[in-house]
Amino acid sequence: MENILSVLVFFPLVAALLGFVVHEKSIRVYGISVAAIEFILSLWLWFAFDTSNGGFQFIEFIPLISDFGINYYLGVDGISLFIIIMATLMTLIGVIGLSVVKDLKNMIITLLFLEVAMIGVFVSLDAIVFYLFWEFSLVPMLYIIGAWGGEKRVYAAIKFFLYTFAGSLIMLIGMLYVAYVYHSVSGVWSFALTDWYALVLPLSVQKWLFWAFFLGFAIKVPMFPFHTWLPYAHGQAPTVGSVILAAVLLKMGSYGFVRFSLPMFPDASVAYITPVAIIAIVMIIYTAMVAYAQEDMKQVVAYSSVSHMGVIVIGTFAMNAEGITGSIFQMLSHGIVSGALFLLVGVIYDRRHTKLMSEFGGLASVMPKFAVIFGIMLMASVGLPLTIGFIGEYLSLAGFFKVSPVMTLLAGTSIILGAVYMLSLYKKSFFGPVVKEENKNLKDLDKKELGALVPLVAIVIWLGIYPKPVLVPIDNSVKALVSFMHEKAKTPEAKAIIKVSKSNKEAE
Amino acid sequence: MLQPISVSMASLNLATLAPMLVVVGGALLILLIDLLKKNMDKTLYVMLAILVLFVDFGATLSLSVNERGFFDIVLVDGISILSQLLILVASMLFIPLSLTTSRFHEYSYPEFFSLFLFMVAGFQFMVASDNLIMIFIGLETASLALYTIIAMHNTEASLEASIKYFTMGAMAAGFYVMGAAAIYAVSGSIELYDVAKVFQVRMDEPGIYIPIVGGAVLMLIAIGFKVSLIPFHTWTPDVYEGSSAPMAGYMSIVPKISMMVVAIRILGFYIDLGIDSVRMLVIALAVITMTLANMMAIVQADVKRMLAYSSMSHAGFVMAALALDTTKAYSSIFLYYGLFLFTNLGAFAMLWISRRKNPNYHERYHHPYSKFAGLIHSAPMGAVIMAIFMLSLTGVPPFSLFWGKLYVISATVDAGYIWLAVIMGLNSAVAAFYYLKLVVYMFLKPPVSGAAEIAVNKSKPLVVIVGIAALVTTLSVFIIQPLLSYISYMVSVSGY
Repeated sequence: MENILSVLVFFPLVAALLGFVVHEKSIRVYGISVAAIEFILSLWLWFAFDTSNGGFQFIEFIPLISDFGINYYLGVDGISLFIIIMATLMTLIGVIGLSVVKDLKNMIITLLFLEVAMIGVFVSLDAIVFYLFWEFSLVPMLYIIGAWGGEKRVYAAIKFFLYTFAGSLIMLIGMLYVAYVYHSVSGVWSFALTDWYALVLPLSVQKWLFWAFFLGFAIKVPMFPFHTWLPYAHGQAPTVGSVILAAVLLKMGSYGFVRFSLPMFPDASVAYITPVAIIAIVMIIYTAMVAYAQEDMKQVVAYSSVSHMGVIVIGTFAMNAEGITGSIFQMLSHGIVSGALFLLVGVIYDRRHTKLMSEFGGLASVMPKFAVIFGIMLMASVGLPLTIGFIGEYLSLAGFFKVSPVMTLLAGTSIILGAVYMLSLYKKSFFGPVVKEENKNLKDLDKKELGALVPLVAIVIWLGIYPKPVLVPIDNSVKALVSFMHEKAKTPEAKAIIKVSKSNKEAE
Repeated sequence: MLQPISVSMASLNLATLAPMLVVVGGALLILLIDLLKKNMDKTLYVMLAILVLFVDFGATLSLSVNERGFFDIVLVDGISILSQLLILVASMLFIPLSLTTSRFHEYSYPEFFSLFLFMVAGFQFMVASDNLIMIFIGLETASLALYTIIAMHNTEASLEASIKYFTMGAMAAGFYVMGAAAIYAVSGSIELYDVAKVFQVRMDEPGIYIPIVGGAVLMLIAIGFKVSLIPFHTWTPDVYEGSSAPMAGYMSIVPKISMMVVAIRILGFYIDLGIDSVRMLVIALAVITMTLANMMAIVQADVKRMLAYSSMSHAGFVMAALALDTTKAYSSIFLYYGLFLFTNLGAFAMLWISRRKNPNYHERYHHPYSKFAGLIHSAPMGAVIMAIFMLSLTGVPPFSLFWGKLYVISATVDAGYIWLAVIMGLNSAVAAFYYLKLVVYMFLKPPVSGAAEIAVNKSKPLVVIVGIAALVTTLSVFIIQPLLSYISYMVSVSGY
């Protein structure tokens, strides 16, 4: 199947449209089946993927607006492959664990539309098509937060939309400028990424464009100080909204850095390592401290999610194969772990309709299964060895160590601080005596919830112990990327920092 | 003794006038039918009008580019054909909106339809000439017909709107004439191609700068009134509110396209001559218009008034492209309006569907936001379609206006005005707020009791028109390529 990427993008779209016909009573099964088929299709993509090839595969190219160089141009490499699989997996898990009752049909259809946008972002190789999916993803998310959210849902939904929209419009102007430069150099319009990669820009232009793209991506990640929309969005969103938001939508930003900023502006990226790293470190430490101060479990998870995104950014800007591979692996692990944590918080919220830690205590004795799974996910989030969280975090930091040991040390506090707030959350809610009367008869996880969570636990442990099947394809593509950047970089500083060192190759 | 004037028919080149002749003939035909046979149903006139417009459309399409006719007064260049086509498409979509289930005053008169056709002819004359007097005649024919049509809605608000528009329009006409006089004073001609030549020669004379720029400023004021640029916009929201919803939608498109073409012709040659103060003036007006109109749209309580301010802001957006003076920028104006036409007319048609003769849910407004609360529960299809129009106006891909915005901003970037592009981008983000407000009301708020049924005015023709608009808005990505290559071709053969 050569056009599997198109199938992946449009299958959920067709399914969403057909979903309008399916009866409300059977819609849950329909949603699960569709999400499962989509997940299997993405696994097939992995199966058919040539893991030794670092370049783009399954390329599709159809002219869309040829006068203006906009083409339907898709492709996938090791970097995007696993994010796609993670996106389909988390959608499936989200649909299985879905606990809303109101307007279930609308919810499922909206989720399917969202899935179209998510897959679309990660497979497009044309900037405008990328932008199209990127912006379109806002609409279903707006509806999910706004329709099924908490008390301040409308405010949270609008804030989410406007923040991202404003940032991405600046990015769009950046894209149009790159296209303009490409046009004046080559005489034809093109928004194809592979064409843009070939474009060597002067450093002064790179610097401006770097910040234009940075704004779009940084708001999405979200990086300090643009992160203020996220706690609101998470605080108000229904469980499934938070799961998808944390697991996949935030990755669009960090993926954007790898896909656009690094290969297109290698010199500017190197020039701005320090400011970006400082923002990332502030983000790691500051939001970790904020997380510790929260009383609401979901807010703890939300801020911890921001904090860990900082590690991903640090890894990306390490500019060497370890760092970038680590950051991409960390994207996957962050997606799975924070998705699972949001699901777990959702479980307890469904039972008690509160997320305040002070309302709980001693849950471990009432809900043992819940406590075990929560514990595993928490350890993975902190980055305990032999869990998925360790590998990404370690590689990212190890990569950045070559750039700046001091900053790596500061960034490494994420592990310690993470342990502090996560363990205190665990202590407050799970240990000690059961104080509240209402908590004594809480039901443990039921089959539906186990069905959603157990696969995630399995993945967390499997990839924690044996990450090679995932790490190798990522590493191949990243190495290709890094050596490309090394070729392209013009300034001596950039050449020095972007390392395709021989010692690396010999070590293998 | 005077020599008898002999003019050969061939030299008149009447073919260039064919589109206007068709539509004027159609208008007279409707009057004649009314004269001979009373009490015909409005459906007859609606269909006749559509047929006339259809023939007109064919006649316009068959025009050959860059011809002059009628003593060189009529100019058929690419942009005149393009704008005539846009005017006709908008008119054909507009006229079936009179087939509502409730009966409204204006449609019971056949004169409405013939006035409408005269108005279309006026707009066509306006865009198909570079003679200042001919443009003026077209402008006034169209405007006078338009004032009357607004008044025919026959509510207190519509009479007020009509008078307001008339007064402001008269003022605009005054400025136009003064501007034309100023241009004539410097150049001794009212033919713009002559004017440009004379200006070129006289540019460097001492003391000539003020009269030259003065003419442009007066013209800019007249254009500003018609396109409703801030600060010449004060009539817009009230007039939109007073007229019927489709009329308001029509006014946000057709008069603006026509005036934009006039602006391209008049201001275009100033900018082309390199008179930078005019260019900066246009950019300044454009920036002020899009920014302030956005701010004011945010605080509106009525959807129709919000759309009025929103269409002002869109006009400002497009006006910015006018100052760039590149083929791409001029093409982007037409692409933008071509897409805006469907979306905006669709949005106003949705308001029309929900229009009641005697509203009882709000003391002041016909279309308060609260009327649309919870529409997703009572009329899911309507809510989704309205949301599509709003998202398109916001500029969310893949809906049509995204492509328009993309092209306008791209033209701005190409011309080197990055700061302007950034302002345009940020303005789009601000605009998202008030468009989303309606979406939020429709999708996220519980229905208000008492609003009961929304689609009181729904009828098959209205649904068809809204359906066409929604279809074009949603699937626009597939029509951009042919549209763009046609528009770029037409604009570039006109020499812009």
